[in-house]
This record gives sequence, structure tokens and C-alpha cells, in this order.
Amino acid sequence: MSRAPRVAVAVFPGTWSERDFLHVAAVLGWEARPVWHTEPELGDVDAVVLPGGFAHGDHLRTGAIARFSPVMRAVEAFADAGGPVLGSCNGFQILCEAGMLPGVLMRNDHLQFRCDWQTLRVEHPGGAWLGDLADGETIRLPISHGEGRYHADEATLDDLERTGRVVLRYADETGAVTPDGNPNGSLRSIAGIVNSRGNVLGLMPHPERAAEAEVGGTDGLRILGSLEQWLVAQPAAAERRL
Amino acid sequence: MRWLAEVHVRLRPGIADPEGQTIAGGLRSLGFDAVHEVRAGKLLRIVFEANDRAAAEASLDAMCRRLLANPVMETADWELRAAEEPAGETGR
Repeated sequence: MSRAPRVAVAVFPGTWSERDFLHVAAVLGWEARPVWHTEPELGDVDAVVLPGGFAHGDHLRTGAIARFSPVMRAVEAFADAGGPVLGSCNGFQILCEAGMLPGVLMRNDHLQFRCDWQTLRVEHPGGAWLGDLADGETIRLPISHGEGRYHADEATLDDLERTGRVVLRYADETGAVTPDGNPNGSLRSIAGIVNSRGNVLGLMPHPERAAEAEVGGTDGLRILGSLEQWLVAQPAAAERRL
Repeated sequence: MRWLAEVHVRLRPGIADPEGQTIAGGLRSLGFDAVHEVRAGKLLRIVFEANDRAAAEASLDAMCRRLLANPVMETADWELRAAEEPAGETGR
């Protein structure tokens, strides 16, 4: 693929990170466009991003209302066809509510909103979003959430681990996955997971907020920047028309 | 006819409820030492139309399954009664 990746950035009432994603997309030379939640189609795109924020005010549950938006039907169809989808923070919550990823994100165990830099351990990298990362390496990304405590039943957690679908865990400053490094009480320190096909990534941290050295780090750029290499290796994806 | 439902959304047993724990701690700090446990949930009051009770119950069941509770962490149960018309806030 020689052209720039085309990326849709879904925007719901209350989304707040779409401008950061669009900014980073411009830095990467992508053609990115915001897609309002009422739009039933994504257009001709190579990937979809669900940004952070508070879609529909987080009312009832995070993501509970957003999942029924017309744009989500298009996102589900896109993912079913193998298209890469990244949901960060509220985007992760929406993906779980929609059943595109297992589990749910609950109130942080300390009930506080936590906005900080977070060390994360990478496991089973690969695919559209983590292809440039190494297994076992540690990265630093900002977190910014009040409801990031990952929960699923034991069988689901075991299945996620057995199939290598836990891709990011909260770690302490030394890179060790410990209770002290867990900022919200997530079960098994889970910060990010992928679906069984591997094309849908949900993570609580914000890669779009760590894409330039001026803001404190560039590890987020490595995640988002993985997409282009993946697309080059997937000619079928570039030809997909939805 | 018009119906009034009160839907109780509760966290499943065994799921950590830091909000409930914090409320329990607040009660104990006020001297209510007898408090063993508090579990926080949601109460949703829904006024809606349905032809009969069976239809109202079917409708409520669908509302709970599709939106009101997330079965990963929650359960929902409800009380249903015929509502006076017009239903809603009275005495204001």
C-alpha cells in the first residue's frame, strides 16, 4: 500500500480525545476523519479508532448508550470483516459493552479518578496496533479514568491468558506486575486485551497522549505507528471496501 | 394502559463494590457500628404503556436484557404495578 492509511475516528456526545487522535494522525501523515455517532457508515477506511471521553455522559454504565449508536453497527461490521479497531479508555468501555471484547470496566477500587503516567508490560505483541512492540518490554502511557477496573469471571480471565489475548498489564516503575503497580484494581492487572481474531484492541491507557516528546513520551506513537506497517503487509486489508 | 415499574439493578454477589464499602465505612464512622455490609445499586423508575400485564412484563424483561443491566456484573429485578394516569410526580 503506497497511500496514507485512512482512519475513521468515532465521535459520540461527550467524547474528548478525538482531537488528540486527529492531531497524532496528522503527525503520522494519515488521512483521518471524525465520524459522528449518528452516521451509519464509516466510509472507505483502513482502521477505526474509538477515543476516550464520556460518551452520553457515562450514564447508566460507561458505553451502555453509545453501543447502540448507528456508527457502532458499522464498527461491528468492520471488525467482523477483520478490520483493525482500537478503543482507548471510553472506547475500550464501549467495545466491552458492545460485546466486541469480553468483560467490563468498573469503578476504580479507590473510587478516585486517576490521571497519571503509567508503566505497562507488553505481552503477545503483534497485529495492527502492537506490531512494533516487543514481548515483555515496558512502555509508559498516560492513564486518565475513573472507571478502569477490568472485571470478568475467572473462566474468561483464564481463557484470555491461555489464548494470549492479554496484551498490556499495569506494572510498577521497575516493570514488574505487582499490586502496587495496579492503578485501579483491575483483575490480573489487565490494562489491554484483544479479541479472539486479534484485530480489535481495547486498552485503558491513552496512546494518543504519548505521541510527541514535548508531552513527555512517544510510546503511544509506536502503538499507533504500528498500523501502517501492518497495512503494508496486508494487501487484502487495503483493498477492503465496506 | 399505563404501567409503573421500579427496576433494581444490583451488582452480582461476590463482585467487589468499593462504593458500598465506602458507604459502610461512612456509616460506621457515624457510630452505626452494627453495619456489616452495604451494597450499592441503582433504582430505575420507568413509566410505560403496555396492553396488559403479560405484555408489560415481556417488555420490562427485554429492557433489562438489552440495556438496563450488564449481565457480566449485574442482575436486574423489578416490581410492576398499574400506574394512575397521568403517572409521575404528584403532590408538587
